[in-house]
Amino acid sequence: MNRSTPWRALWRLPLLLLALVASLAVAQLALAQADPEREAATAVPAVDADVWRQIKSGETGPNYRDSRYASDYNLINASGETWRMLRERWVSPFGVIVIVGMIAVIALFYLMVGRKKLDEPRTGRKLLRWSLLVRSLHWTVASLFIVLALTGLNLAYGKAVFRPIFGDGAWAAMMSGTKLIHNYLGPLFGILLVVLLVRLLADNIPRKHDLAWFAKGGGLVGKGHPDAGFANGGEKVWYWLLATAGIAVIVSGLVLDFPNYGQGRDTMQWANLIHGVGAFGLTAVALGHIYIGTLGTEGSFEGMATGYVDETWAKEHHNLWYDEVKDQAIPEAQVNAARSAGSGDQPASG
Amino acid sequence: MATMKFMCDAERCIECNGCVTACKNANEVDWGIQRRRVVTLNDGEPSEVSISVACMHCDDAPCIAVCPTETLYQRDDGIVLHDKDLCIGCGYCLYACPFGAPQFPKENAFGERGKMDKCTFCAGGPAETKEEEYQKYGANRIAEGKLPLCAEMCSTKALLAGDAQEVADIFRQRVVQRGHKDGAWSGNPRAETDSLAYDATQQG
Repeated sequence: MNRSTPWRALWRLPLLLLALVASLAVAQLALAQADPEREAATAVPAVDADVWRQIKSGETGPNYRDSRYASDYNLINASGETWRMLRERWVSPFGVIVIVGMIAVIALFYLMVGRKKLDEPRTGRKLLRWSLLVRSLHWTVASLFIVLALTGLNLAYGKAVFRPIFGDGAWAAMMSGTKLIHNYLGPLFGILLVVLLVRLLADNIPRKHDLAWFAKGGGLVGKGHPDAGFANGGEKVWYWLLATAGIAVIVSGLVLDFPNYGQGRDTMQWANLIHGVGAFGLTAVALGHIYIGTLGTEGSFEGMATGYVDETWAKEHHNLWYDEVKDQAIPEAQVNAARSAGSGDQPASG
Repeated sequence: MATMKFMCDAERCIECNGCVTACKNANEVDWGIQRRRVVTLNDGEPSEVSISVACMHCDDAPCIAVCPTETLYQRDDGIVLHDKDLCIGCGYCLYACPFGAPQFPKENAFGERGKMDKCTFCAGGPAETKEEEYQKYGANRIAEGKLPLCAEMCSTKALLAGDAQEVADIFRQRVVQRGHKDGAWSGNPRAETDSLAYDATQQG
């Protein structure tokens, strides 16, 4: 038994050798991992510039996975910073400049030139200029415009003005109210503006004499009135601004107001920029419109308030229209009588 | 003072979604809201890589800049929080955020989105009582001296959270340990010229 022992132990030798070789191989593998060249070749693949470029482009590919519920966003929203910069550096300052600038220009104009009075005395005979329907539409759209402009301005600039004044509680209520009003009245404004634009389209087709009107600066400064039909050049510009920029503001507003249709973040960024530029611009022009229609021109406001304008006003401001309808002029007493009798507008024009 | 940061080591992330689950559990956020998400690029391909994303608590946070109600604000330690009492749900923070962090419980007509919710770095938010804070914003682990649960529970420690300097030190150490000639940015053709690994070695 004693003699046979070494021979019996011999079977362990090959195993020992095998273990040795195996351990060497493992050591070799460990050495290989310390070698940067080979490590790089076996490591988790590169997150290199190309990957980041692809991520920034927003392109996701079929094997893109996002664990978030109903997530339709890519990894990095690269356009967010662009939107932020355009909004903070351009759109917001633009709004302040055009609106404050317009107020300053109007104030200066009023101080230097003053109210544009009628050159001739009133005849006391009236012409129907705006029908009840147009007046109702105008004042509804105008009121909504003012409410939307004020709430919009509060959304854009309120935090710089009101939070320090009101403190958090009142500020929070004010802002949520502002957003509610803006979001719910906006679509109503949009519908009514389109109706008003359609109603007034025929009167606002550009004509040749509008060019002459612009060449004379609309008669805003100095004496004399350039030719004008039912709508003068300036009114047509306002009309077409509303028909273009106004529609852009409405459409972009609807894009922002109805996120339930699943439009993406990028679409809403652009909609927000268009909405801001258009709305600030229109607000500034509206200030001019309000000035000219009230303080700036004698006899204009009563047209939209009562529907009737004085013959003299029509002759001076809208001579071509006056020539068409002058035989329909009625004495003021008749207008008042008709109104108190409740028979409404006389069929003169609209 | 410390500046708190998240960092996800994409070479360690195994797309287990543990961070997502931990976050939901710690903060009890509304159904449909998921403050953290895991994005996988080229899933199933040899170049597959995953990263966990939430609010990155930016130094110059775009959401704070564009918010019309000053709902969003930054604490001295860099954590970006939101005040749900001020939020009107306009969605501007979502347009601006590079990481898609802000989320809204609803997406209804007339811009009815509800109050925005996003990662708080497990630091809660403004509230009168602890209960109200938990109900509105979830856990305030930072106040208890703990780090965000997502990072604490990350199985591979891919997701790191804490003081920016310490997070950077840990990552730098890993870069050195990995021994890539170009550090964490392996395969980057510019790595040689930028000498990223060299810098890392110097400071690690």
